[in-house]
Amino acid sequence: MHEWALAEAVIATATKIAEQEGLKQVTEVTVKIGEMQDVERGIFRFALTQLKPENFRNTKFLLTKSKASFKCRICGNTWLFKKTKLDKETAEAIHFVPEVAHTYIKCPKCGSPDFEILEGRGVWLESIKGAK
Amino acid sequence: MADPRVNIIDKRLKNIRRIIAVSSGKGGVGKSMVATTLALSLVKRGCKVGLFDLDFTSPSTHIILGAEGVQPCEEKGLIPPVVHGLEYMSLVYYSGNHAAPLRGADTSNALIELLAVTLWSDLDYLVIDMPPGIGDAVLDLIRFVKRIEFLVVTTSSQLAFETVKKLGGLLQELGVPVLGVVENMKMTESTNLQQQTEALGLKFLAGIPYDPKVEAAIGDAENLLKTEVARKVKAIAQTV
Repeated sequence: MHEWALAEAVIATATKIAEQEGLKQVTEVTVKIGEMQDVERGIFRFALTQLKPENFRNTKFLLTKSKASFKCRICGNTWLFKKTKLDKETAEAIHFVPEVAHTYIKCPKCGSPDFEILEGRGVWLESIKGAK
Repeated sequence: MADPRVNIIDKRLKNIRRIIAVSSGKGGVGKSMVATTLALSLVKRGCKVGLFDLDFTSPSTHIILGAEGVQPCEEKGLIPPVVHGLEYMSLVYYSGNHAAPLRGADTSNALIELLAVTLWSDLDYLVIDMPPGIGDAVLDLIRFVKRIEFLVVTTSSQLAFETVKKLGGLLQELGVPVLGVVENMKMTESTNLQQQTEALGLKFLAGIPYDPKVEAAIGDAENLLKTEVARKVKAIAQTV
């Protein structure tokens, strides 16, 4: 249910951008969801619809998924995040704070925890459309 | 296009009256001990208090508190568990007893995440145990927490105090309130650091003598509050 807190952040940000851009009605909001955070889309979408303000009355929320990938800073290896390889507790820890991946995941080639998260970390507001 | 988390932080902190970052230029000066004892002392004074361990790579407040078997409750966000009367938040809930090897950008991301999803109740004080130095956590707190106030901890060593000059100078330059400086683990009656602190235009809050009993009180909050360190920190808690 911490999806609710993230949805609140998305609505706050979309509202701020709509104000800055002078949008009277917001028609579409696209949110990119990183695979690592593993947001439960049903709860997240429900929270968005419950939290939306009046000028979001007819807003369509598009949720896109971003696959997670890593690049090792030591050997340069790149690889994909595989949630299925993690136990439930670890997957849940990464769900709450994706950076703890550095605690549990190592480069499959050299074993280093020093890697860059290239994509698929968390929730990102990708675009907003509306009418002025 | 935009990181949504940064726009919800003000709301998350709006019902907290004072936010105090316990900071230091160098590690090993007893910052976590001062932060934890300060938070516990404020609870004893009848205040509603939160303690947030932002020293992600070397957290220790959970050990000082003896916080075991507790986890945040997930309810439209993360509700910190109450430990010895404190609402207590730390990355250790998720990193466990393992190392968390985080670079600067990762530290910032984890900090923003926890600020964005932690649901503190109405608090009188949120005490933040900072990592040492003038790094990402200091800069991020100044950026995201507009009402932040700093309490700076040093030892009597001139080496530690030199970093206080830098940290204090930066905070003064940025107009960030500094509650004062605490000289921890004092071995002599010297007032040298107090004079140097005051010469910088900073308030000298207290000199805390080195107290060998503190080590035995780690993990035992009630005993910790009986130490000489706690007696001095309680006096600080009366003034903040």
